Amino acid sequence: MSFRRFFRRREWDEERRREIQAYIDIETDDNVARGMPPEDARSAAFRKFGNPTLVREEIYRMNTVTLLENVLQDLVYGARQLRRNPSFAIVAVLSLALGIGANTAIFQLLNAVRLRSLPVKDPQELAEVRVSAGKSGRTGSFSTRYPFLTNSQWELIRDRQQVFSGAFAWAPDQLNLATGGQARWAQAIYVSGGYFNVLGVVPELGRVLSAADDYRGCGSQSAVISNAFWQREFGGEASVLGRKITLEGHAFEVVGVTPPNFYGVEVGRQFDVAIPLCADAVIRGEFARIGKNDEWWLSVTGRLKPGLSEKQAKAQLAAIAPAIFKETVPPTFTPGDAKDYLTFGLDLRPAGTGASELRRDYQAPLWLLLGIAGLVLLIACANLANLLLARATAREREIAVRQAIGASRPRILAQLLSESLLLAGTGAALGALLAQWLSRVLVSLLSTGGQSLFVDLGVDWRVLSFTAGLAVLTCVLFGLAPALRATKVEPGVAMKAGGRGLTATRERFGLRRTLVVSQVALSTVLLVGALLFVRSLNNLLTVDPGFQQEGIVEVDMDFTALKVSAERRYAFQQDLMDRIRAIPGVIAAGQSSEIPLGGSMSNRMIHMQGPAAITAVSLLNNAGPDYFRTLGTPLLKGRDFGPSDTPQSPKAAIVNEAFVKQFLHGADPIGHEFRLETPPGKPNFPYQIVGLVKNAKYNDLREDFASIVYVPISQDEVAAPGGQVLVRSTTSSGSLISDVKRVIAGVSPEIALDFHVFKTQIRDGLLRDRLMATVSGFFGLLAALLATVGLYGVMSYSVERRRNEIGIRMALGASRGGVTQMVMREAATLLSIGLTIGAVLALLGARAASAMLFGLKAYDPVTLATALAALAVSAMMAAYLPARRAANLEPMTALRED
Amino acid sequence: MAKRGAPPLESDLLQGTLDLLVLQTLALGPSHGHTIAHAIEHRSEDVLQVEHGSLYPALHRLEDRGWISSFWGTSENNRRARYYRLTPIGRKQLADQTSRWDELVNAVNRVLRPVAK
Repeated sequence: MSFRRFFRRREWDEERRREIQAYIDIETDDNVARGMPPEDARSAAFRKFGNPTLVREEIYRMNTVTLLENVLQDLVYGARQLRRNPSFAIVAVLSLALGIGANTAIFQLLNAVRLRSLPVKDPQELAEVRVSAGKSGRTGSFSTRYPFLTNSQWELIRDRQQVFSGAFAWAPDQLNLATGGQARWAQAIYVSGGYFNVLGVVPELGRVLSAADDYRGCGSQSAVISNAFWQREFGGEASVLGRKITLEGHAFEVVGVTPPNFYGVEVGRQFDVAIPLCADAVIRGEFARIGKNDEWWLSVTGRLKPGLSEKQAKAQLAAIAPAIFKETVPPTFTPGDAKDYLTFGLDLRPAGTGASELRRDYQAPLWLLLGIAGLVLLIACANLANLLLARATAREREIAVRQAIGASRPRILAQLLSESLLLAGTGAALGALLAQWLSRVLVSLLSTGGQSLFVDLGVDWRVLSFTAGLAVLTCVLFGLAPALRATKVEPGVAMKAGGRGLTATRERFGLRRTLVVSQVALSTVLLVGALLFVRSLNNLLTVDPGFQQEGIVEVDMDFTALKVSAERRYAFQQDLMDRIRAIPGVIAAGQSSEIPLGGSMSNRMIHMQGPAAITAVSLLNNAGPDYFRTLGTPLLKGRDFGPSDTPQSPKAAIVNEAFVKQFLHGADPIGHEFRLETPPGKPNFPYQIVGLVKNAKYNDLREDFASIVYVPISQDEVAAPGGQVLVRSTTSSGSLISDVKRVIAGVSPEIALDFHVFKTQIRDGLLRDRLMATVSGFFGLLAALLATVGLYGVMSYSVERRRNEIGIRMALGASRGGVTQMVMREAATLLSIGLTIGAVLALLGARAASAMLFGLKAYDPVTLATALAALAVSAMMAAYLPARRAANLEPMTALRED
Repeated sequence: MAKRGAPPLESDLLQGTLDLLVLQTLALGPSHGHTIAHAIEHRSEDVLQVEHGSLYPALHRLEDRGWISSFWGTSENNRRARYYRLTPIGRKQLADQTSRWDELVNAVNRVLRPVAK
């Protein structure tokens, strides 16, 4: 056989026809010549030849790729079948598109944050250096999202390592572009000289930063901007080179623009500006991290030398580690701290997929959501399988006829499956389109007002094969069982029965029941999961954090630009505070170094004095007068901080109830003294407890109340050129913000300001919980709906099949109530089996979610009972419709039918 | 149930034989289907009586393999007919297959009549 003939097989067949015709003609001529009458001569010729059609068919078959021919035929046939029943086709395609779309969307996001490599040269060669700390962990200050190393460690690693062909350090930061007034933030990255070179980034315009830009004391010189920032801020003009941008009041010259596809090495964010590491010194001034050995802020990545195994690389790093740690012990460390520090080691881990906070926080939830979406798709498949089963039963006769006249079982199977394949293929194609929109919705669910997520959702081979795999899988799932079932029936039986069977046989009905039971079971699991997440979110929203959230605005002030001397800063702060307090509508305003649930944290070792001496860690917050009144945290005993707390007066402290319980066994704390652990060489003052406040959450709404020590900001060793103020007001946050802006600008337009609505900020911290509750809630409802529809379908079908039987029962005296009961009992049996299995699965499955829940256990009886009751009620309501239809049957009509 | 479209000559042995007979017939010169069918029937002294139609798939197969080629010509009684002739490969195949056939026949004969010598 040849493909040339395959494509011209009709022409070829015509040729055969003519050839055979020639034979018949010649034979007829011969017969006539022998003296036969013409008609006899012709039929004799045909007898001699045999069946011309058979011969042609045989030759035609020799010219076909049977498989291909059959597939084409089956697809055409399938399409025709679907066209004849468009409502079924639409329902099937839409439910598959939704199911596959949801799965693809979640997978796309997972792919972007978890699986995909960075868009740089040979990402698989990149590896990251981490400190493996001993059991006590690292101490110091951790000021970035990836605080893995200190600058001195990085410099020694850079100079001594032999494992990388090139390495770089980087750190993310948020820097103010504005010079006074409302802050405008740029996503900045500090990069060492090798950053762009090691990553293989070729500038779109100008040059990238190199080793020549990164040296101690470089001041503020050069910056490279991202393509997006270039477009946004400079309209994409080439004249940008040489222009200045201001970061925290320091001018940097733009020397280059990166290409559009380079967003940095952090998945989920896009950098705006890259400046050399050394610029930290000028930007942070007296708080610079670059010279401090207890400031952990850098992430170090390198390109492994070719041919070096991971094990060799790790061994080489381990070999240089002891000397590096020995030379970088922070001078403020106590001998004990230093001893711990010297046990640290260096470790290596693959970095081809980049750094990502998003991955850390959302990987587990996304996998869980993918699982949930997968189950929903499974339930939808079960519904389709049920529909197809019903259709197959209706077509039993047709299939029997086909088999009787010689169609083989595999051939009919292929025909039925190609119909499912068409549905699944169309569903998947639509689903893939839908996913493009759904995944963007997901990303927007993960973005907050202040921080929009940057995720490259491009479709790659992983997403495509995932969707194609889903299409094939769903096709097999919902198509195979009905097709197998339809072709298993003996043709003779099907022809005889002709849909007139009195009762459907138990075995034939078993598959449909199994499908419904598993649908109910799966939707129980999903509904329980959804309820758990919704209730957990509700718990988080209603939990008492120990402070008020309404009507409070956080004001961040920065007057570095005014160069106020350290001694006058506190007074300057108080002047600004007084002006804010004078704004009409302001009830109270208080300063603090840490904002509750604001993301930053400080803690210290406390040595409690007195007979029951205890030493333990407590959280710390430097607060100003009125802080507690602003937040509505009740002062239970003693006094608030006030003007009498000065750097010269005795050190005062206010503690919370948890502190009293932990350090004083519940005794009255007022008057007790403790000392804060201080580095050698610094004065170690005793602190006297002057007040007791109610417990409040510090880091996270989920945490238990922990010990907190508040010390007055007025007694800080060095006052900061700025601060954070919480302001509670009766006016709207919008008008309060504009009032504060006006008042502060009246003092000096150079003071930088930023505002956060306290409640919004807390809500943004619940993003993950809200995502889980929203998405799993949606899927849970969808699953319950699908299962209800499934049960309704099966019960309706069952009643339809049993019309004769029910008619006979009623003719023999069964009451309408009895018939209703019979149908309802059948539904109840299916439902209760499904619910029982579902309850067991839900209890097992909920463990996967237990880490994400707040205020309730994974095996929460109320949740389980609610889910079961909701499903039972809706399913029984769905079953009641066919039951009533059965009861309303006219026995005579039912018996006369067919 | 009989398989649909089963040709009268089906087994591999007979199919191969039919091919051999067609090739042998064409060795004498080009001819069309009708002539070939009658020639085989005639020369086997009517022993090999088959439906003439079953010849055509064989012709198609042989042409597919390149052992024979075809062209349209005019028959003795002035009708358009498709003529077949041996190709060089076909000629070589005929020789090969004839000797294999002889071997086969001899072998079968030796088994059937071991004492005939």
